[in-house]
Order: sequence, then C-alpha cells, then structure tokens
Amino acid sequence: MENFIVFLPLLGSFIAGLFGKWIGDRGAQVLTTGLLLVSAVLSFVVFFDVAIDGNARVTPLFTWINSGDFQLSWALKVDTLTAVMLIVVTVVSSMVHLYSIGYMSEDKSITRFFSYLSLFTFFMLMLVTSDNLVQMFFGWEGVGLASYLLIGFWYEKASACSAAMKAFLVNRVADIGFALGIMGVFVLFGSVNFAEIFPQAEGLSTAQFTFLGYEGHALTIICLLLFIGAMGKSAQLGLHTWLPDAMEGPTPVSALIHAATMVTAGIFMLCRFSPVFEYAPAALEVVTYVGAGTAFFAATIGLTQFDIKRVIAYSTCSQLGYMFFAIGVSAYGGAIFHLMTHAFFKALLFLGAGSVIHAMHHEQDMRKMGGIWKMIPATYLLMWIGSIALAGIPPLSGYFSKDLILEAAYADHSTQGMFAFWAGTAAAFMTAFYSWRLLIMTFHGDPRADEHTMKGVHESPMVMMIPLLVLGVGALFAGWLGYNYFVGDLKETFWGDSLLVLAANDTVEAAHHVPTWVKLVPLIAAISGIVLAYVFYMFVPSLPATFVSIIKPIHTFVYRKWMFDELYDFLFVRPAVKIGRFLWKSGDGAVIDAYGPDGVSSLTRTLAGKASRLQSGYVYHYAFAMLIGVVALITWYIVSNAG
Amino acid sequence: MQDHILSIVTFAPLLGALIILLIRGDSEEAVAKNSRWVALWVSGVTFAVSLLLWTNFERGTAEFQFVEEVEWMPSLGLSYRMGVDGISVLFVLLSTLLTPICIISSWGAVNKRVKEYMVSFLILETMMVGMFCALDIVVFYIFFEGVLIPMFLIIGVWGGARRVYAAFKLFLYTLAGSVLMLVAILAMYSFAGTTDITTLMTTTFPSEMQKWLWIAFFASFAVKVPMWPVHTWLPDAHVEAPTAGSVILAGVLLKMGAYGFLRFSLPMMPEASVYFTPLVYTLSVVAVIYTSLVALAQEDMKKLIAYSSVAHMGYVTIGIFAANQQGIEGAIYQMLSHGVVSAALFLCVGVVYDRMHTRMIAAYGGVVDKMPVYALMFMVFMLASVGLPGTGGFVGEFLVLVGAFKANTLVAALAATGMVLGAAYMLYLYRKVIFGKLEKDDVKALLDLNWREKAVFAPLIVLTLWMGIYPPSFLDIMSASVSNLITNYETAIAASNAAPMFAQVFGQ
Repeated sequence: MENFIVFLPLLGSFIAGLFGKWIGDRGAQVLTTGLLLVSAVLSFVVFFDVAIDGNARVTPLFTWINSGDFQLSWALKVDTLTAVMLIVVTVVSSMVHLYSIGYMSEDKSITRFFSYLSLFTFFMLMLVTSDNLVQMFFGWEGVGLASYLLIGFWYEKASACSAAMKAFLVNRVADIGFALGIMGVFVLFGSVNFAEIFPQAEGLSTAQFTFLGYEGHALTIICLLLFIGAMGKSAQLGLHTWLPDAMEGPTPVSALIHAATMVTAGIFMLCRFSPVFEYAPAALEVVTYVGAGTAFFAATIGLTQFDIKRVIAYSTCSQLGYMFFAIGVSAYGGAIFHLMTHAFFKALLFLGAGSVIHAMHHEQDMRKMGGIWKMIPATYLLMWIGSIALAGIPPLSGYFSKDLILEAAYADHSTQGMFAFWAGTAAAFMTAFYSWRLLIMTFHGDPRADEHTMKGVHESPMVMMIPLLVLGVGALFAGWLGYNYFVGDLKETFWGDSLLVLAANDTVEAAHHVPTWVKLVPLIAAISGIVLAYVFYMFVPSLPATFVSIIKPIHTFVYRKWMFDELYDFLFVRPAVKIGRFLWKSGDGAVIDAYGPDGVSSLTRTLAGKASRLQSGYVYHYAFAMLIGVVALITWYIVSNAG
Repeated sequence: MQDHILSIVTFAPLLGALIILLIRGDSEEAVAKNSRWVALWVSGVTFAVSLLLWTNFERGTAEFQFVEEVEWMPSLGLSYRMGVDGISVLFVLLSTLLTPICIISSWGAVNKRVKEYMVSFLILETMMVGMFCALDIVVFYIFFEGVLIPMFLIIGVWGGARRVYAAFKLFLYTLAGSVLMLVAILAMYSFAGTTDITTLMTTTFPSEMQKWLWIAFFASFAVKVPMWPVHTWLPDAHVEAPTAGSVILAGVLLKMGAYGFLRFSLPMMPEASVYFTPLVYTLSVVAVIYTSLVALAQEDMKKLIAYSSVAHMGYVTIGIFAANQQGIEGAIYQMLSHGVVSAALFLCVGVVYDRMHTRMIAAYGGVVDKMPVYALMFMVFMLASVGLPGTGGFVGEFLVLVGAFKANTLVAALAATGMVLGAAYMLYLYRKVIFGKLEKDDVKALLDLNWREKAVFAPLIVLTLWMGIYPPSFLDIMSASVSNLITNYETAIAASNAAPMFAQVFGQ
C-alpha cells in the first residue's frame, strides 16, 4: 500500500516530465493530480491501519549501500509519526496540484511544473518513510532539489534564479551539519538504521565523543549536528534567509513546499529522533532557545513587510519556531500537532493569497491592494478562517495546537521553558497583529490599485476554490478532531513507539494542569493584537506612519530583516568569489606556475636557446626520457644479476 | 579466450590502430570515414569483450583473477604478468567504456588528421587498460608512462590555441615524478629481487627505505591525481585538449595516481603511508577548499569543471589514506563515478562548444529554451557532480566522508565544506549557461541534441543513476580486495609498532 503512496507521484512526475509532449498539458494535469489524489486516499487507509489499529511496519525494498559495516537498504517505514506526515503531505500536495491547474493555466510550461510538483511529493514521501538516516538524507536533498527547481521555475527572471540558488546553498550549509551528524551516529551507534540506533540510546547516554578536538557528551554533539541540518530546512534563526526569497516561486509552490511540507522536515526529523534527543538535555535546551528566538524574531519582521507572500513566509518561519521549542521542551506530540494544523491553515493562507494575486493581475504588494473584499467574498472568507486559525482563536485548529505548545513550555518549569513561553506569547500578539494588518490592507479601505486592475478583479475558478474549501475545512476542524489523539488522553496509544518521552519530561501531560492565567495570556495577547491592528489600519490609518517615524532606527533594522542578508553577503558571499579569484590569479598563477612549470620552462628555453622546435620536441623528449628509463632499468638488472 | 582475456582487451585496440594505419583511400574524406568506423568497431568490440570481466569476475575473493604470465627476460626475473582484482577491474571497464564514447563524440568534431587521431585514441586505450592490468612493476611503469605519449599528441595536435604551452606544462610536471618513480622501482627491485607486484606486496621494506620510496612514488602519483599544489597543469590541459581528450583525461587518466596509491603506496609502504597521512590529508583538504573557491571565479566552462575535478580528487586521496573500508571503497567509488560524471560534463561542454565555438560562460544564457533535452542531461550530471543522493556522486563522496570521520573528524568537517562550495560553482555554471533570459542571437540559433549525442549521453545517464540507486553492483566487486588490503595494511602497521618493543625486550 505505502509503495503506491510513495511511487505513484514519481510515476506521474516521470511521465509528465519526459512524455509531456505526447500527453499534452491537460494530460499532465489530470495524470499527476489524479495519481496524487489516489495517494491521498491510500494515505488515509494506511493512517487508520497504522495509527488507529496499531499496525506499524517496515517494508524493505532492496539494499542501497553495503560498505563494510555501513549497511542500509531502501525501505518504507510507516508508524504513527509517518502516517500523520503521509496525510499532511498527500492531502496538501493533491490540493495544490488541483489548485495549480487553475493558477498556472496560462503558463507556458505546464507539464514541467506538474512534473516538478509530483517529484517534490515523491521525495518528501521518501523522507518521511525512511527507516535509516541516509534515506532520510536522500529525501532531504531531493526536496531541496525540487524546491530549487520550483523557486527557479521562471528561470528568465534573474531574481528567481538567485533565490533558487540561495535556497539550495543555504540548505547545503546546514546539510553539512546533518551529514556530519549521520557520520557521528554511525561511529557511535555502529549503524544508521533507526531500528538499531534507538534501543542503544539509553545505554550510550553517558558516552563521550571527541569532535574537532573537543571532547564532549556524545549524544549532545550528535543531536546538535542533526539540529543544524533541521535549522536549514526549517528556516530557523540564522539559516532562515532563503525562505523569504523563496517566494519568487509560483504561489502554489510556496503553499506546498515553503509552508506545509518541506519546511517541516526539520520538525519531523527531530521528532523521529526523540529517542535520542531525550537523552541529550543540553541539545534540547539549545533547540528551545533557537525555536523561541525564531518565533519572536520572524514575527517582528512579519509586522513590517508589504509583500503579501513575504508576510506569510515570515509567519511560517515564526510558526516553525513554535514547533521547535515544543520539541525543546519534549512536547513532540504538540509539535507534530501544530505541524498538521499549521499545514492546513498556512497552505490555505498561501493559496488564498494566490487567489488574491490571481485576481489582482499578479500584484503582490499590499500597498497596491485594498477595497476588494466585496469582489472576492469567498476568498475573503477563507482568508479570515486561515487568519483566525493562525492567530490561535478558539475553536479553530491553531488554538488547540499553539496553546498547548505554550502551556507545555510553561509546564517545563525551566529557564528556557519560561523564555519560550514569553517569547511565544509575544509572538502570538504579533502574529495576530500582522494577520489582521494583512487582511485589512489587502481587502479593506480605499482601492489603491489602478482602475484597469480593479476592473479585472474576479473570484477564482472552481478548480482553485475547491482546494481552498478543503483546506478551510482542515483549518476549521483539524484541531478539535486531533486533540485527543495527538496530545490528549489517547496520546499514548496513538503514538505508540514512534515518539519517546521520558516520564520526567512529559510536558504535554503537565500542560493540562497549568494555572488558568497561563491558558488565558496567549489568547488575550492574540485578541489585543487583532484590536490593535484594527486601530492602526482601519480606525486611525495615520497611526502606522507616526509610529514608524518615532521608532525609525528600530523599524529600519526590522524592515531590512535584521540585516542578515547584508551580513552574510559581506561575510561569505563576496569574500568567497574574491578569495577564489585571488587564489586563481595569485596562488595558481603567480606562485605555483611562476616558480613551477613556467619558471622551469623559461629556464630550459634559455638553456636550449630557441624554443622553436619545442612543439615536436617535447613528445620526442618524453619518449626519449622513457627509453632512457627502460635502458637504465635493464642495465640495473644485468648489473645486479651479474653481481 | 577466457585465459587471455586481459591481453585481448589490452592489445585489441593496438591491433585496431595498426589496421587504421594501413587504411589507404582516394580522398582524405574516405580515409577519415573508414578510420572512424574501424576505431568505433574495434573499441566497441573491446568493450563487449571486457564485459566478460564483469560477468566472470568472482566476487568475494581478494585474489588476482584472469592472471596471465609469460616469461619475458627470465634471466632477470622479468615477466609479462597481467591480472585484475576488485580494485582494478572496474577501472578497466571504465576505460573500455569511455573510449568508444570518445570516438563517437569526435565523429563530427574532429576533421583534420582523423586517421592519426583515431590511432592515438586506440593506442591510448591499450596503455590505459594495460596499466590497470599490469602485475609486474616494470610492465606497469611502461604503460603508466606510455599513456602520456598519445595524450600529449592529442593535446598538442588537435588542441586549442595554447596547446603547446599546455602540453609542455604537463610534460614538465610528469617528468620529475617519473624519474623519481623509476629510481624507486630500481631500489625496490634491488631489495626484493623481483618485479612481481604480488610478491612486492608481501615484502616488508625497512622503515627508512619505505619513506624514501613513498616520497618517490608520491612525486609521480600526486601529479597525476592531481593534488594541490601540483595541479596547475590540469586546467590548462583540459582547456586546450579537444573534448574527447578531456573526457579521457578526466575520466581515466586522473585515476592513475590514486590507483597507484592503492596498488603501491598503501600495500608496499604501509608504515610510510601512516607517517605521511597527515601530509596527504592537508594537501587534500586544501585541494577541496582551494580549488573549489578557484572554480567559483572561473569564466571558462572547461576550466571550471577542471578545477572541480581537482576538488573531487581531493576526496579520493582523503578516502584512500583514511584507510578503512568506507574510506577506500568510497574513494574507488568516487573515482568511478567521477570518471563517468566528469566525462559527461566535458561532453556537455563539447556539445555547446561544437555549436558556438566558445567556452566562455558569459556567451551563453537561456539555453534551456532551445535545448531542453540537453538541459535535462546537463542537470543530471550537474547534480551528480554536486553529490546529490540518488546519483553516483553521492555514494562515493559520502562513504569517503564517513571513512574520514572515523579516522579524523576535523578532516571530515573541512572536507564537508566541499558540499557547499561544490554546489555553489556548479549551480552558478548551470544558472549562467542554461537558465536566464534568452537574449543572445547565436544562442537563439542553437539546435537540441542530435541522435548521436543522445546515444553518447544515454549510457552515462544510466550509469550515473544506477551507481546512485543500486551501488551493491559495484561495491560487491571491490569489497573483498579492499578489506584484504586493509587487513594487510593494519597487520603490517601493528607488526612495525610491535617490532621496536621486541627489540627493547629481547635486545637487552
């Protein structure tokens, strides 16, 4: 069954990509979307079988690498954690496929687009079904490739090409961490297969390990290396710079890859590794700080941006931060719960934004929108649903998952837990504020677009609205449907062996017993964020400008995204090329060549007088030298044998 | 045939070369045509015969197989000995595979002195195959050095504008190394009294002598690999060589040095290898980082790929001297996949060079609009070069890093930066050539791959993916020989560590 789920998208991608000419645009759309829908239906079947009936299993395919004791196979592992991911990936992906039929209908390379989308889905599914670290790395790099291809889909645009390269390279930087982590795991555990790693973790919880000359707690070192990989893919503080730029890709891509699925791969990886992370408390502490820091930091940038997609991108970054600090306080179930609800409402928001962009003739700047809510009421309504869910207002899905994470952070009763709780609460306030800022700027007020655009504003076709509706249903109900299973009373039986939480760390359980004010504060923060947004952007529209002028330096700093791009450009990008040029001209040219072959050659030229016969001479010389060699050798034989 | 298969595979091309030399015709055109066909048939048949090595090679043993021995100069103990083990057999196949590909790819691209060109390639094939099969150190030496003669000719006669400079540089670099290696071979003979490689492998040379021998061999091998800082001949040679010359140079000739380390340095001079391992690590790590950065600054496509080869070979030398199963298997794997992938990348450059007659990156842009099939092929090889999992490039690179990590985490971490730098220059190249806006008029006139070019790329694509998805086909062949090599290596080191202690204990 899971074979079909994983390989049908690959088949679709293959056919659409290589035989697109023969099956045509329509054929590619129907084929890939159809196969994805089949995958999605099968995922539900597998989910009920595995997660509800408890039939976790591994289906080995064939050997991949067998080098000494480095042994691993291609395999499909399905347990509850995977089953949840299967549903998230296939549902969002099939909806995005469907939506793209409408959204991309005027593009000139439709078959290529659908081929890439399905290819991405295949890699993502390989990632979540891996039973060893190297196959996970395969999926990991594969989704990176698909992301690269899709960000750079409009390759004529220089900005799209740059963004694609940036995404790939920043992720690769992080992947060094992942790769070294895999090696560390192999050296420490003697295997890269999950089934052999996890049972050993407890026994190795006091092991020491020397890395780069520094001896430290082995599991902490390994977990931190893996976490670096996760930070790249999930766009955490410091390695997040590629995500906003990735918005250069078509909007359905942003919804699928850069909101719902690929960027959550880091969360998935850490949850998969919960049996190891549980024995590396120092690593968990780092995860908490980074996650909470990102949640806060990305939200501040979200407050200031004007590009509708970038606001949502920073929001994604910030929400991923929540998931990470949930992991940091051992609330793995909460992290996955938020991953799922977030996938629905964030994909909904992105596709909704896509619907707006579609209506506004590919305008993305919110300063040029406004006054369109009556013209596209369905989109407007769905964006509201997505925003309420994102802000964490009951009874929509985000409320259940986000509040639980904040409560778990509080219940951790640690410094980092408290930091996460307050940073998360502040972020919740900002989230609500920028969400309503987005809603008001986009839909309300006086129309700021030109007349031509305003005349053309229209509701999207059915093929785009149905996916929005499906995701809207998810955003509405996924929270209370999943609550009991993911983090409530049924959580032990639901997760089974797929997550490990030590009894002392069970913050999800403790989250149900926090003081009432802890439960109320995030909600109050969210509501005041919404109210403030109304004040700023609807009731007193002059206020934002006044406010910005008061805090000018801070605003500039935040608006320019905390200067990360400038910093990296200054520190790494420009020096790399400069150093390269220097080494080439000065290292290879002025030093090695000048004192090596060129020096010798000018010397020989002087000695030989004229270089005129060099052309034929050198081969001759060479053959001659060889001949002398052979003669010398034979002479040596004769002499030594005679002697 | 089974008994003499190695000789057949080695000398069949030479025979073909003789046949081509005998071709006479009315017009130059006819001679050229006949030479091409003869060369293609000969190399094709040679490849077909060499496949018997693949099917009949016994997996799971470290012994040399298909061994042939003919006394040559019995009074001197010099024999013509041939044989392959798990380390060398795949390189033989790589050589026999790439030669027909080179001949097809030169079909329309080479038009002057076609006869001599084909002769050179067939002689080159004989030399390459002979080198990998030789089990006598003198025979090895002859082939090892002989390879360069046809290579000089190919660069010097059919090369670009600065071909003389390039060939000369190559000559200077290799000369010093060969002389030293020759002296070392003489020294080994005088100590062991034999030139048989299998015997020499079991001979224990004195520690001090090992160091000198090691340095002498290193001087020759390091140039061939090439290791930093003796790599500067490579970019020039590649840039000036015709496409097929670059393919063989990158595909096979660069592997000769590393093969030498595996065949001679590690088994015959184990103590010295341990002693010099830090040196090799350092040079290799510098190669990975330094040449990757230099590649970033290139404006010429071939130069960029040439520098990337130096970086990739840096991984190979790290893997070899990590001296554990993953490291050495990874190194061999990396060599094989690099042989396929870099050959394919040079062919990719050749395809557009044949059409536009420039290798400057800036002359291109938006090629994908005109050549979608080409863009797809290029993408696959580009990703393999970057080491994306699922392609052959990943398995070798990753195993090398695993091996290195076991031996020395710092080396592994530094080498791993190549993952980023390698991606940076390849993506840069791809973006500038393939992506971007289609603006230049001569790029607009490009035609996509013809059937012959597709035929050239098809086997390389299949191999790249096969090596990435099902490596056991290849790893199974090498594993026994590699583990035998490591066992002997470790035994020898243990013995040498124990020896002084014995001397201390029993000497008093």
